[in-house]
Amino acid sequence: MTRRYSALSLLREGVNGQRGWEPAWRNPQAKARYDAIVIGGGGHGLATAYYLAKNHGLTNVALVERGWIGGGNTGRNTTVIRSNYFFPASAAFYDFSVKLYEGLSKELNYNIMFSQRGMWTLAHDRHGLEMARRSANAMLLNGIDAEFHDEPSVRARIPGLNPDPRFPILGGINQPRGGTARHDAVAWGYARAASALGVDIIQNCEVLDFIIEGGRVRGVETSLGAMRSDRVGMAVAGHSSVIAAKAGLRLPVSSYALQAFVSEPVKPCLDTVILSPATGTYLSQSDKGELVIGAGLDLYLSYAQRGSLPWMERAAAGVVELFPRFSRLRFLRQWAGIVDVVHDSTPILGPTAVDGLFINCGWGTGGFKAVPAGGWCLAHLMATGESHPLARAFGIERFETGALIDEASASGIAH
Amino acid sequence: MLIIRCPYCGERPELEFAYGGQAHIARPLQPSDQNDEDWNVYLNLRANPKGWHSERWRHIHGCARFFNAVRDTRTDHFLATYKMGEPAPEVPST
Repeated sequence: MTRRYSALSLLREGVNGQRGWEPAWRNPQAKARYDAIVIGGGGHGLATAYYLAKNHGLTNVALVERGWIGGGNTGRNTTVIRSNYFFPASAAFYDFSVKLYEGLSKELNYNIMFSQRGMWTLAHDRHGLEMARRSANAMLLNGIDAEFHDEPSVRARIPGLNPDPRFPILGGINQPRGGTARHDAVAWGYARAASALGVDIIQNCEVLDFIIEGGRVRGVETSLGAMRSDRVGMAVAGHSSVIAAKAGLRLPVSSYALQAFVSEPVKPCLDTVILSPATGTYLSQSDKGELVIGAGLDLYLSYAQRGSLPWMERAAAGVVELFPRFSRLRFLRQWAGIVDVVHDSTPILGPTAVDGLFINCGWGTGGFKAVPAGGWCLAHLMATGESHPLARAFGIERFETGALIDEASASGIAH
Repeated sequence: MLIIRCPYCGERPELEFAYGGQAHIARPLQPSDQNDEDWNVYLNLRANPKGWHSERWRHIHGCARFFNAVRDTRTDHFLATYKMGEPAPEVPST
């Protein structure tokens, strides 16, 4: 059986008629007892399970997922990875995540296709220009590389920008280490690596309730029966309020639909990621050639993974405003994910009022880039009982103490 | 496109409306009596149900008035919209 992926194993399997590949992860029966249980088979949950095994030696771990792994927001985002944040706590955390991404293909022996093609934020008015300068300076002070560019420099780097736009392009900032990765591969790579270390990935298994005894979590009731463990971590994004309510917890989270869509595939024409807050545009091109377009939030609570037409129209109009040559491209596919938004656009990562129950949520519109660091820190918390130094400021108690980290928006786009 | 019935103007496309958050939340009468925990509840903790939700909307590009609505967050289907001060309609149990 072929386990490790390499040029040599490809060649060997090619010669042997591809019969030796084994499934990327096991499909085990749920056990009655685990050392740790992770709820949610998205990027954050899978990364948590992997780092529990890898960093902390906990291998008797279950990951339970109601649907299929990577089927929620992990498979619905616009795959952008960056760390262009303002406050020191956010910048340190997200840059750690970018650094983990840089080594992830090798670490997991799975090509996540991380392409550091740069991440541009455009400024369209004098105030935007001032904010761009401020943002670039903040990033540099936080030790993250950032470049401020004036208009000729932006146009030289991004061919095809509208020569006479309604909203003039006055400048922009670039994070050269930002980029995109294959989002499914991140989920599958973590799943495969975690499974190889002994983690049980249990799909089609819904958590129905928590087993709580004397204020302490003792396990979960699931659609496949009870699983007991004194440590439970949840990373369920848009459904955080629903799952937390089963443990009697209320979260400062609102669930909104965030939509994205892709055009028909075309030849390579855009080799970077562009965010234009003024036109409501988030744009990149996938390796398949589709333009990947992110829209804004539908600003009403919703669990319907649909996305509204007005926002779709606005995002498409923004793309055409920036790049008139894309105006005749056709839509290929549209979808939405349910994101967990908190007031300060900073994640919640820490213990809860129930002993042994830990939470990872509040990523809002920008959870994908945080997958490695979110998993790393939740694993650290579950294994040691202590918050990781990078996530210490992200506790839920900040909503009571007022120590908010107001990043204004998690995806850099105004909602 | 959602079609939303403004209780004053009738059915209009969602473009004309702005969402106003959870309905029936009252500011504390004695703000100075509130502790940090109370403020957290008042400012940050909101119902976020997967199901029926009572909420405020504003017909911002129309009559500009606020009104209340009951909507199913699973489907975005509106059960009813009603004027401020009117009693909330009976919400289905699921």
